[in-house]
Amino acid sequence: MHGCLSLEHITKTYQDLNGETLAIKDFTHTFEEGKFVSVVGPSGCGKSTLLSIIAGLEPQTSGVIFWDNSKPLESNRNIGYMLQKDYLLDWRTVYKNVLLGLEIKKMLSPETIAYANSLLEKYDLLEFKDKYPSQLSGGMRQRVALIRTLATNPDILLLDEAFSALDYQTRLLVTDDVYKIIKAEGKTTIMVTHDIPESISMSDDVIVLSKRPTTIKQIYPIHFEMDNRTPLTCRDNPMFSTYFDRIWNALNSE
Amino acid sequence: MTGKKNLSAREKYLRDKKRYKISVVVTQISILLFIILGWELLAQLNIIDSFITSSPSRMFATFKRMLSQDLMTHIGVTCLETLVGFLLGTVAGTLIASLLWWSPFLSEVFSPYLVVLGSLPKVALGPIIIVWVGAGMPAIITMALMVSLIVTILDMLSGFTSTDTNKIKMLKTFGANKLQTFTKVVFPSNIPTLLNVLKVNIGLSMVGVITGEFLVSKNGLGYLIVYGGQVFQLDLVMTSVVILGIVASILYNAVVLLQKVICKSSKWQN
Repeated sequence: MHGCLSLEHITKTYQDLNGETLAIKDFTHTFEEGKFVSVVGPSGCGKSTLLSIIAGLEPQTSGVIFWDNSKPLESNRNIGYMLQKDYLLDWRTVYKNVLLGLEIKKMLSPETIAYANSLLEKYDLLEFKDKYPSQLSGGMRQRVALIRTLATNPDILLLDEAFSALDYQTRLLVTDDVYKIIKAEGKTTIMVTHDIPESISMSDDVIVLSKRPTTIKQIYPIHFEMDNRTPLTCRDNPMFSTYFDRIWNALNSE
Repeated sequence: MTGKKNLSAREKYLRDKKRYKISVVVTQISILLFIILGWELLAQLNIIDSFITSSPSRMFATFKRMLSQDLMTHIGVTCLETLVGFLLGTVAGTLIASLLWWSPFLSEVFSPYLVVLGSLPKVALGPIIIVWVGAGMPAIITMALMVSLIVTILDMLSGFTSTDTNKIKMLKTFGANKLQTFTKVVFPSNIPTLLNVLKVNIGLSMVGVITGEFLVSKNGLGYLIVYGGQVFQLDLVMTSVVILGIVASILYNAVVLLQKVICKSSKWQN
């Protein structure tokens, strides 16, 4: 089941003893099926809050999220969420880590286990199935984390600065890796990042947010005249720096 | 040529390490021998009064006599009380800590009470325990429980609450409820905390047992020590203290061994 995700007039305010903070103001956007969309914005602008709201980790103050323009998203939404680090559980084997999401969602069945196994096989982790996370490299750990998320077959994938904990070289490689997997599985993806090149290299659209209270400042469709685009190859494309300048300027303009 | 040189440097390194280790052990044994022999010598020469200080030979004789009588019963009773108090303290403490983790409200409400109970010297509870539980083994076990319980609660609770919030968030992205969060992440990631608590508790539980045996008992190493003091038999006191030291270190090392086995078999980083 795939479809598009519409956010309508999403507003988020935080309460504390000192008063009220308006974090997100009237955010409206439709994320189309199969697209990879990045969200960039100044730090502390509420990018991650947006993902948390979509994932149902925290409620919006007002506004509605629709699935396929019709039904409001239920609380038990089928969304995959990737955090800054892999957060693999050290005491579980790779295989047990991959099944964690299915276990929690009480979705363990011969079919889902077979699917998880097929993902492990497809992405070259089958032979590491009985190893522990501490025996894997940073890139492989991130791949295991992605498969853990994909194993629950989510309709939408949310990446929350998912590569920021990796060193630069690993990061480029993992980005490439993850991009290919996401495209192969055809997942609609929303990625939050502060890294402009990363957003350009992976996305179909880049959404630039304003400072708090967050609203959409600009949306840039990214298009490279090339076949089989990957995050690494498009970095060499002449359009890359043009996109970079545009997004950079949009971010820094008042 | 260089290969050979490297090898010999390696050999030298290993030899030095080994020598160092041996010299530590030799020194340790020497100190022990020095104490035993010096003590014996001073007693034999009547420089110290062995009626008050006892002496290794008298302790050995006492040990042989005790062995033919009921020493094993006394050791058994003390070990049993320690282990029961230890298990009860650890299990009850962990359960209570889990409950307090579950409800931050309860945790906040009870925190001053825990602090007061934690800093109270548990010996002070002795008379109350005797009156309430009765004189005998239940009172001693209760004492051991009291000594280890609060420490267990505080340590486990602080372990539970300092579980990596991002790991919890990761579980929540899959829609985990509170019970799943506890069983899949919070508890397993605190197994090392629990193992450290076990190490502390075996010692504390023994403190509780000996204190309890001092107050009420007809059996156990604590009883032997107190009885020996009352009848001015320092041979009995000294021998019992040494046996107690050996028993305590055996129990402690058993827990350390258990910790190692569990850590090794399940990849917990400690």
